[in-house]
Amino acid sequence: MMNRRTFRTLKNALFLALSLVATLTGLACLAAILWTLISHGIAGMSWDLFTEMTPPPGGKGGLLNALYGSAVMTLLGILIGSPIGVLAGTYLAEYGRKSALSTAIRFINDVLLSAPSIIIGLFIYEIVVVRMGHFSAIAGALSLAVLAIPVTLRTTEDMLNLVPPGMKDASAALGAYPWRTVVSVLYPAARSGIVTGLLLAVARISGETAPLLFTALNNQFWSTKLDAPMANLPVVIFQFALSPYKDWQNLAWAGALIITASILILSISARVILAMLQAERGSGQ
Amino acid sequence: MAIIDKTHAAKQLVYERVFRAATLAAAILVLLILGGVFVSLLRGAWPALRHFGFSFVTHEVWNPVTDEFGALAPIYGTVVTSIIAMALAVPTAFGIALFLTEICPPLLKRPIGVAVELLAAVPSIIFGIWGLFVLAPVLQRNVQPWLIKHAHHVPVLGALFKGPPYGIGIFTAGLVLAIMVLPFIAATMRDVFETVPPMLKESGYGLGATRWEVIWNVVVPHSRAGVVGGIMLGLGRALGETMAVTFVIGNAHRISPSLLAPGTTISSSIANEFTEAVGDLYTSSLIALGLLLFIITFTVIAAAQTMLRRLERRAEA
Repeated sequence: MMNRRTFRTLKNALFLALSLVATLTGLACLAAILWTLISHGIAGMSWDLFTEMTPPPGGKGGLLNALYGSAVMTLLGILIGSPIGVLAGTYLAEYGRKSALSTAIRFINDVLLSAPSIIIGLFIYEIVVVRMGHFSAIAGALSLAVLAIPVTLRTTEDMLNLVPPGMKDASAALGAYPWRTVVSVLYPAARSGIVTGLLLAVARISGETAPLLFTALNNQFWSTKLDAPMANLPVVIFQFALSPYKDWQNLAWAGALIITASILILSISARVILAMLQAERGSGQ
Repeated sequence: MAIIDKTHAAKQLVYERVFRAATLAAAILVLLILGGVFVSLLRGAWPALRHFGFSFVTHEVWNPVTDEFGALAPIYGTVVTSIIAMALAVPTAFGIALFLTEICPPLLKRPIGVAVELLAAVPSIIFGIWGLFVLAPVLQRNVQPWLIKHAHHVPVLGALFKGPPYGIGIFTAGLVLAIMVLPFIAATMRDVFETVPPMLKESGYGLGATRWEVIWNVVVPHSRAGVVGGIMLGLGRALGETMAVTFVIGNAHRISPSLLAPGTTISSSIANEFTEAVGDLYTSSLIALGLLLFIITFTVIAAAQTMLRRLERRAEA
């Protein structure tokens, strides 16, 4: 019979080994996905991607209209969503604090943060697309804005709470109203943190596909009209990847590589800013 | 002593009120959005709910030609793919969180942590095309034939892994979902494990416990609420995930006992059919599916948040 001590040591080794295997599995998944994107995407990389429109079935072309549409809708989404998120985060951090209303808002915001994005798409479809009578870029931007709000709200509140209370007290002691303290002291002090929140929000919404399917839809042609359907990278990838045409599939892979690379670069920069911020705070104290 | 300018002070007061009102309005807008989502989905779903009544959730038939819509197949697909995803992702995420908090050399802690978080940042559509073009063929060629061959003697497994290896289907969707929710669960668990006071762990080691014994008997019980919260958060994502599933599930409105058969989920039905839906009842039925998904995920996420919050309060106290 096995010695009890040996048994415990073996069990320990077994579970530690399993946790190593789990970690390697996770890393392998990331590596496999990135490798697929690079090996398939590089083949489709060419200048045409950035100068030509999406082609008809079987033809050659690029992704210019989709890149433009994605940029416009993401930008609009951030421009509409982030002020709301920042202001609401300011309310929670400075005015509401521990009131019942703030607690409720924090809870609802966290729910929205993980709510399925397809639901947000249906919501905007119901309140914008149905009323306008057709799909439009502005509806797409609004659905992205709704997705950006919870991200910016959360980071803004967290970052404002990190500002040393002494700075706030000093401003109040000079006779400044809270709004003046927020605008002239807290926002500048928390600036890089809030910007990080914006970057994370851009990263979050620029890859979203489901909500755009029934708001912006897609457009094979160049369009700058905000009240008309607009092409966008995720929906083009969705349609082209599932098509039987080789040229379309290659474009889908190239688009997938572009979108993933941009999002990963954004997320990494956000993290670098945050790490620098923490290092600064750490050495300052 | 400065001269206090009355008009200046009055102006400041006005600014203060305006600013405060603006922040309050933005905060209340968050509540309104959630309320608006519910009300607008309910309104859109109303024609279908009135027409089919409760049988909407108990009927399997989904036939746009005869205008008959039942949500049972999508509900089944959503639940089964999520169960597969959680069964695979939870133990793996647990392992990753353990590795990162208890075993990993400090030098590697940050890079591996960031890599896991980057996996969470990859858009879901990427998981979709990867699943369809890379994972599904591998499963079809290598994994599924093996499962079919070896499972058919075993009573329950035989029925679960039966039929031709399509590559795509419920099983593949569950697998892709597992990879997608893995980083979310792992990151939450890691954060929760890190809140365990070192003193408790040291006490365990002081009693002569092995590392695994400390993890299982000290770290896990102490962070139980957070672990469950993290799992539920992952479950909320799995239930509502759309694009990744749409690519690999095969979109078939039927309930098959075999996991290898194509199926559908609530979200992939909406994504696949919404823009092609003709007729008010069809559109309304799809929105009713959305309402169902909203209610299910809201319940799961709210429960997860409640658990995580309880833990946070305890950590503060």
